[in-house]
Amino acid sequence: MSENAKLPPLPVGTFVERSVTWSKKNLFDGWFNTILTLGSVAFLLWLIPPIIEWGIINATLTPTIEGCAEATGACWGFVNANLRLILFGTYPYDEQWRPLLAMILLMGIICASLGGVKYPNVRKWIIPMWVIGVPIIAILMWGGVLGLTYVQNSYWGGLPLTLILSSIGIVFAFPFGLLLALGRQSNMPALRTLSVVYIEVIRGVPLITVLFMASVMFPLFLPDGVTIDKLLRAQIGIILFTAAYLAEVFRGGLQAVPRGQFEAGESLALSYWQSMRLIILPQALRLVIPPTVNSFISMFKDTTLVVIIGLFDFLGTVKLALRSDPAWTKYYVEGYTFAAAIFFLICFSMAKYSAYLEKELRKGERR
Amino acid sequence: MSKPQNAPGDVRSKSLVDYLNDENVRAVLYQIIAIGLVILAGWYLVSNTLHNLEKQNISTGYGFLDLEASFEISETMIDYSAKSDYASALIVGLLNTVKVSVLGIVLCTIIGIIFGIARLSSNWIVRKLATVYVETFRNIPVLLQLFFWYALIPAAFPHPRDALEPLPGVLLTSRGMYLPVPLADNAYTLMGIAAIIAFVAIYFIKKWATKRQDATGQPFPMLLTGIGIFVGLVFLAYLIGGAPTELSTPALKGFNIQGGYNISPEFMAVLIGLTVYTSTYVAEVVRSGIQAVSSGQWEAADSLGIKRSVALRKVILPQSMRVAIPPLTNQYLNLTKNSSLAVAVGYPDLVSVSNTTMNQTGQAIEAISIFMSVYLGLSLLTSLFMNWFNNKMALVER
Repeated sequence: MSENAKLPPLPVGTFVERSVTWSKKNLFDGWFNTILTLGSVAFLLWLIPPIIEWGIINATLTPTIEGCAEATGACWGFVNANLRLILFGTYPYDEQWRPLLAMILLMGIICASLGGVKYPNVRKWIIPMWVIGVPIIAILMWGGVLGLTYVQNSYWGGLPLTLILSSIGIVFAFPFGLLLALGRQSNMPALRTLSVVYIEVIRGVPLITVLFMASVMFPLFLPDGVTIDKLLRAQIGIILFTAAYLAEVFRGGLQAVPRGQFEAGESLALSYWQSMRLIILPQALRLVIPPTVNSFISMFKDTTLVVIIGLFDFLGTVKLALRSDPAWTKYYVEGYTFAAAIFFLICFSMAKYSAYLEKELRKGERR
Repeated sequence: MSKPQNAPGDVRSKSLVDYLNDENVRAVLYQIIAIGLVILAGWYLVSNTLHNLEKQNISTGYGFLDLEASFEISETMIDYSAKSDYASALIVGLLNTVKVSVLGIVLCTIIGIIFGIARLSSNWIVRKLATVYVETFRNIPVLLQLFFWYALIPAAFPHPRDALEPLPGVLLTSRGMYLPVPLADNAYTLMGIAAIIAFVAIYFIKKWATKRQDATGQPFPMLLTGIGIFVGLVFLAYLIGGAPTELSTPALKGFNIQGGYNISPEFMAVLIGLTVYTSTYVAEVVRSGIQAVSSGQWEAADSLGIKRSVALRKVILPQSMRVAIPPLTNQYLNLTKNSSLAVAVGYPDLVSVSNTTMNQTGQAIEAISIFMSVYLGLSLLTSLFMNWFNNKMALVER
């Protein structure tokens, strides 16, 4: 331990010498670490080469079943041949530029919203962007106007559907969650009880039960002649579910605002809503940005559950492609790996960004 | 802005506007409106539902629970057949949920602690490997992971005809894993009783040892003594019971494997998927818990000449537990709730059995209300237990 007390040695010597010093300190510091290092290296040597051999060297991109049968490695041809089915589901083939455009637009708005959190001159555009963007996306997906053919939403699928369900879910859950959080913090007992019961009940049950409820029970709730389709029901279920989680996130932010701020609002004779709008919420919401991004990430991952109630989101379309031809079925490793890679890329980059934001926000506090 | 300032003795009655501007009156009014709206919406939904059910000729109520279920369940922990009623089918499902959740919680805690500590290792390569594990598996949807394992397990292992036998008596096949189990014998009941006695004895010795250490400072080798008492007593019971050696070993008979204990591919897929996914979150909880302990504690342990591994075990981890328990509770609850995804790979958990029940009887509302309240109950129980544990572990401050 005495080494730790000393200052770290200055990087001196040639590259080789420095590497040796570094390895001694980081890899071979004592017999236990040496065993760990050797074990890890052996593990990597056992794991990595076969994966590279399977995934790259012996793999094929040929988009035919015959081409895949010849290859001894991965059959990326499965993904290659079914790419449009996996990405867009059963959306009419000739119209698939529409979900593509909608997806790009949606991703752009999401990125701008995430980035806008840091840059004030983008921030003021976040709400207008969603207000304008969502109808455009709806027009692109549904069509029926401006010469676009109408596409029933039972044909929607793939990555655009996953993005729509999760981002619309969070956007609509945002105000609802905020109201619930304010209700839970309120000093009116009836409102508080209603909010607490709602939040705790929803948080106590799995999403899949809420989705089952949405898909099986919602039709029973409606009067004669009114029906809402499966996608909308799932979307409502997701919104109701997310709102409870967001409410808890917002509560954390509201509790972090010092008591004095509430009192300051009162002493300026601001009404409840005025002091919320002008004093409390701007501070509270700033604090909850990183956990809100994290909620969005879990929402994005949890959207895959709609597969269970029979919608074809991104995971659903991969399964659809696997079943499209019995000969493809055995290439599930390739299919799932592709889906996993896309999910990983999106979730990982958002998680990294959220961690970065958290650090940035803390920087401001410390000063 | 709140109350009109009336001079004492001023009996001028307040106008309606005055009342509406009174904060307290407003608060009551808002609440009455809110409750009224909720009741109205509830009444509307209920009346619609009753009307719709009547139209579809579905009777309401839980009477269907006594009817014959007439479907088989592949994995049961209690006696169940297609002739049993729906209530026992649901209990079978609930037990399966509990089984996979409890095992998952134990495994994900162990794996999570290992990876959480590994992420803070001074060894560069171990640290990086742990980071890659955590970042990869937490950023892939758990359902995708379940599908992956469920597709992989039957494909990766051979047909029962040419089963793999990694250990004598243990068979790995595309239909799951088969383990040899001892045939029922009275000796095992005796061993169970011995185990309980051992736990009670260990509890009292531990109490005595803590008291003695507090009084005299003398440590007591509790771990070794505990293991000794437990193994000794259980083994003694085994010998007294006549030392039965008969095993039910799995073996190929006809087209399938008979005997032994079967761990189905569905169960394995759910267990592996949930464990791996949740262990990444547990690892992060453990890591931040350890980091939350101030570095002064490490230095204090150093200056007392305590070895680093002992310091981690006796100084750092107990303190980090305090920080880690609330988020850990959340992860356990998440795992329990995520076990409902078993329905997607055909493991007969509560949701899956309820789903079958729902499809057969049409009693959607009843079935959904049952599994929702069961999950609520499980969540409440877990958080109650963890709250109790948290209070027990909390720092006792003067």
